[in-house]
Formats: sequence, structure tokens, C-alpha cells
Amino acid sequence: MTAEELDQIAEEERESTRKCRHRLHVCMAAGCLSLHSDQVKSSLEAQVKASGLESECRVKGVGCMGLCSAGPLVSVSSQDVTYKEVTPEDAPEIVQGLQAAKAVERLRCPTDVPFFTRQKRIVLENCGAIDPERIEEYIAADGYAALHKALATMTGAQTVEQVSRSGLRGRGGAGYPTGLKWGMVSKASGATKYVICNADEGDPGAFMDRSVLESDPHRVLEGMAIAAYAVGASQGYIYVRAEYPLAVKRLKTAIRQAERLGVLGNSIFGTPLNFKIDIRLGAGAFVCGEETALIASIEGLRGQPRPRPPFPAEAGLWDAPTLINNVETFANIPPIIRNGGDWYASIGTAKSKGTKTFALAGKINNTGLIEVPMGITLRDIIYDIGGGIPDGKKFKAVQTGGPSGGCIPEQFLDMPVDYDSLSKVGSIMGSGGMIIMDETSSMVDVARFFMEFCMSESCGKCVPCRVGTVHMHDLLRKIIERKASARDLALLEELCDMVKSTSLCGLGQSAPNPVLTTLRYFRHEYDELLVQDDGAGATGVAQSAKETVP
Amino acid sequence: MTPAPTQARTMPSKDKRWLIVDATMRRYGYSGSSLIETLHVAQESFAYLDEDALRFVASSLSLPLSKVYGVATFYHHFTLKPQGEHTCVVCMGTACYIKGAAELLAALENGYHVKDGQTTQDKKLSVLTARCLGSCGLAPAAVFDGEVAGKLSTVELLARVAKQVGHSEAGGT
Repeated sequence: MTAEELDQIAEEERESTRKCRHRLHVCMAAGCLSLHSDQVKSSLEAQVKASGLESECRVKGVGCMGLCSAGPLVSVSSQDVTYKEVTPEDAPEIVQGLQAAKAVERLRCPTDVPFFTRQKRIVLENCGAIDPERIEEYIAADGYAALHKALATMTGAQTVEQVSRSGLRGRGGAGYPTGLKWGMVSKASGATKYVICNADEGDPGAFMDRSVLESDPHRVLEGMAIAAYAVGASQGYIYVRAEYPLAVKRLKTAIRQAERLGVLGNSIFGTPLNFKIDIRLGAGAFVCGEETALIASIEGLRGQPRPRPPFPAEAGLWDAPTLINNVETFANIPPIIRNGGDWYASIGTAKSKGTKTFALAGKINNTGLIEVPMGITLRDIIYDIGGGIPDGKKFKAVQTGGPSGGCIPEQFLDMPVDYDSLSKVGSIMGSGGMIIMDETSSMVDVARFFMEFCMSESCGKCVPCRVGTVHMHDLLRKIIERKASARDLALLEELCDMVKSTSLCGLGQSAPNPVLTTLRYFRHEYDELLVQDDGAGATGVAQSAKETVP
Repeated sequence: MTPAPTQARTMPSKDKRWLIVDATMRRYGYSGSSLIETLHVAQESFAYLDEDALRFVASSLSLPLSKVYGVATFYHHFTLKPQGEHTCVVCMGTACYIKGAAELLAALENGYHVKDGQTTQDKKLSVLTARCLGSCGLAPAAVFDGEVAGKLSTVELLARVAKQVGHSEAGGT
């Protein structure tokens, strides 16, 4: 593969697109697919064929268009219209609409609304626009141009420098500066190095990484290949959840196509860079999102974390220097290399650059996938983009960061969304799940829900997390059952503090966050459930907790 | 690197599916690090992992059976019990939970006298829960024999399951 060949593929693809007067895009991401968008697509194809429009009309499956609550979505390029809640029976009317140059008003999904206009799409720029199963479409959308640019015009160190300049921080949750991490791995000594993509998106309520993998898999592969060049790795792994079969399938297709064209494999673009990517399936363990646990899992072991240092950058997979980044982080790399780090740094706030994808869900009108510049307020996301709370209910809290995050109350709605502001109020950016709760949700129950999650997902290696989460869960259940006293609540707080400060890995250290934030902002809900201390019950739990937790 | 297994290793039975499992291990040179990949393939082939499977994989990869058992029970995805004829997976992700997934599960558990992860006595239905299907736009959602259905009420859920379980009787398999 040479630059000319890449250009030629892009040009041929654009030319064949231009020839088509009508392009019908059917969303084939998980949300729409579960509403049978595949049937909508075949129905449209049959209708196009029956109307003799095959030469000027192309029906194609694309990735996530974002507004999952209105699926299945179909967009028509020539009429600049998007249809919502399309059924296979609507196909004749839509195709007739093409011939008559008249959109089907009944199905129209307004696109001049804040949900679409207020987003800034960098990571998701190709999602919903290209067919994820064809590398040619990705190349026509400037795909693999960044990899070529890095290989042809930049050294590994310059590549790291651009990523550092961009100010990009890890999108997996903790927000560690990506450039720093890359620099550490590139400077680490070792003949063999690895690049790992963490696609073990375990937070319940988060589906951004899944959407990116399903909608634009080549983007992630390109980001990983650039990383491999920058740090000097020749083998990559994508650790993806087995629960995402569609993402796995599309990744496999993408890897095969990329290897065939020579943008992955040996001597990429005719340079000495060799880089191969293999997929490793997760097996349903939340803790494997933690980098050392993920490495153990790739090695075929139980996914249990180990103490750091040494950090994976020094001794990771099979003790070799290893770069681990999340899906969204890698997806940000090609545009950064293409447009330069300074361009990326011009978006966002002082300490949080660029954009962030969020999965909006829960009690909100527009559930779906969004991408917004850092620094936008929560109010803008929830009321403007998200369209507010359904059924005239009152907003109560927004949960960010999944089981490691916290619940943010109304008083902070005007706070900008960036890493530091979120951690200041006790939550975290997390991977991007944003669950909105209305006045009917009990915050104590939400805290219990997350604690149950952490309890069952604790890997069992360290005592504070293994035992602490069980006792915190028992206490929360006791409170909900109106059997707990003020002493139990005090014990719960004590346990929160202990588990947070003594657990081995991020899972345990952050497990108390949902309890701590709900206690901080919704303490009255706990107090209302407490009963007078009768002595026996409270001491029982306290005693057992003291015995088992050192 | 783990040495290649000795000739003494035999397939648990003449079932052709063992060849698929063996081919996976061979592809990775019978290395112990292929354990999870192998268990995935074994479960895909047989729907669950029984003792024969665990012993076969352990001896092929030269790993102690305890380690194989440890890994197989550590990860939620692997199951050591056969599933019922039909499965209903209730999503317990945050979005679904906020929208009443717990009530869905309770209705199912009460209606069929099973708990999460169990199979009814007549082996017709397994009730399972998922961490998050990623179909949060459809909350609360459930998967009936691989087909996702969303925005469910308890009435709708029970009707779907009744139809699902009932159909096979009518089909007379």
C-alpha cells in the first residue's frame, strides 16, 4: 500500500458515491438493530429494486446515528431528511418519496433540534455516515491518512509530542494524560512491546465504546497502529466483551480488510513498521477494566489486579512494556495526528481538552449517544440535548461514572463537565455513562444497586473490597428495609472510608463513591429510613464487620 | 512456554465438537495463555462447560484442573450447568434498573418459581440477568432466546415468556 493507492481507493469510493443520487442510510447499531432495523434495510432494498431505482439509489447499513430512543433511524441524503421509528412497512412510502422528491412528513425526525445541533462530533464523525463493514468507505472519509502521515513525515517521538500537545486524557475514566503514558512506554526498554485497547466496557449504562466499535471499527485500529509506531510495538490486542458479539464481528472483519490492504500486518505503507492486532474476548468480569486485571485475563488467568508499580508501561503483558488505552482514546488519535495536537487543544477547557462521548439513559426524553465539547454544562446536556425529563417529572440527580462514580444533584447542573469539576463534587468523568434520575428514584436504592454490583464484581483478592462491599451492601439493605439505626449509618460511613483508602485497585477504591455522594447530597433520604436504635441489630452487624475486616 | 501435550491425551468422546475445541488450542500451540479463548470455544460448542470439558482442556494445556476450574468459575460468562430449552435474560443495567427491571425479574421469578441463574424443573426456561445489554434506549429490556425486546412492562414480559415456553409445546419437539 502506498499513499497513491490509498488516494485512489478514496477517490474511487467518492466517485461511486457521487454517482448515486439517493443514498439511504439505515442505522445498524445495536439499539436500532434490536428494533429490527435489519428488516427495514432489506425491505427498503427490495422496494428500491421493485421500483427499478437500483442504479441511482443505494441502501446501506451504517453505524449509530445517536438518537436511540427514536429508532430505527433512516436518513436520506438527497432530501436531507432523517426518518424515525421506521418499520419495514414504511419502505414503499419512503421510496415513493424519493421518486416524487417529497419527504414522508409522517416519519420525519427533526434534525434542527439541539440534540443534533449542539453536538461536536470528532470521535463519532463517521458513526452513522459510513458502512462499518467496508474499509473503502473509511478510507474515503480520510481513513488511514493519519497513519500514513505519521509514518511518512513524523518520528515516533514527534508522534508522542503531538499527542501530548493535544492535551488528550484517557477516556476510560481516570483521565491520565495520554501523551505522558505514550512517552513512558516509548522510553521503556525492551525488545518486545505491546499495545492494548481496553474495550471491556463494563459500566452498566455505558455504550459509547460499543457504538464506536460497531460503527467505526477502523478508527480504533488506525489509532492503535499510530500508537504502535509511536511506542515501538509490533503486537496489539483488543480486549473486548464477549457480550458485544456485533462489535466483535465487525472488528474481525475490519482487521481482515486492513491486513488485506496492508495498513496492518508487515511493513505497513512499505515502512519497517510491523503491527498485528488480535482480539481477546472478555468473559464477563467488570474488574477486567482495571489494566493489570485485563493483562492477567489476556494471559489466560483469572482477572485479578496486582499492585502498581511496576506500571504496565514498564512491565505489563508478559512483563513487557505495554500501552493500554481505552477505545475512545484511540479513536481520538487519527484526527489529532491529521489536524495537529494544537487543533485538538483548542477545543474544551483548560485542563480537559477535546470532546467526550456520553451515553444518555434513564429518565430522559432523548436517550442515545452524544458527543459534546468538554466544558459544556450538565444542564445543557440534560435539558437541551437530552430534551429534559419525561412525563413532567422533576429532575433529581444524574449519575456519572457508573459504579465508580457518583450522583450529582440539581444544585450542580450549571457546572461545566470536565475531569476536575466532576471529581470536585465527588463523582468522576468515568467512561461516559450518564444516567438521569427523576423524583421517583430512591437514592438509597440506587446506592444499594451499585454496591450490589461491586460486591458481585469484586475479584476477591484484597480483603477490604471483598469483605467491605458485602457489609456495605448488607447495611444498605438494612436501611432500605427500615431496620437500621443511626449507628448502622455511622458504621456504613466508616466502612466507606476504610474501603476507599485501603483497597488494592480502582474497583474497591471507588466502590463507596455512589454511597458517599448520595450521603452527601441526599442524606435526608437515609435519615428518613432510620429507626430508633434498639441495640441488638446494629451491634450484630458492627461486630461481624469488625471481626472480618482488619 | 508450556510443552505440547503427550499422546496419552484423548478426546472425551467421539463427538466432533471436541475437534473444534482441540483446533483452538492447537492454534495457540497448547499454550496455557489460550485457556480463556479455549473455554469460550468449548462453551460455544457445547452450550456449557461440564467436567469432561474442563478435564480435557486442563490436560491439553498442561494446567492443573484447579486452575481451569478457577478461571471457569471466576468469569460470569462461563456456565457449568446446562441451560433450559429457552432463556430469558433480564437486563439489570443502571438504565433498566431505574426503569423497573427489578420488578420484571421479580415477576419472572415468582411466575416460574426460579431464581436468577436457575432453570425451571421441566428444563423449559432459564432465567438469567445481564449486567447491561447496551440497549439503554430501550430500557427496561430483556432478551428472549437471543432476541432483544425493549420498553417492557411486567405484563408484556410474562406474556412473551408464556408464548416462548408455550410455543415449543405446540411445536411438539
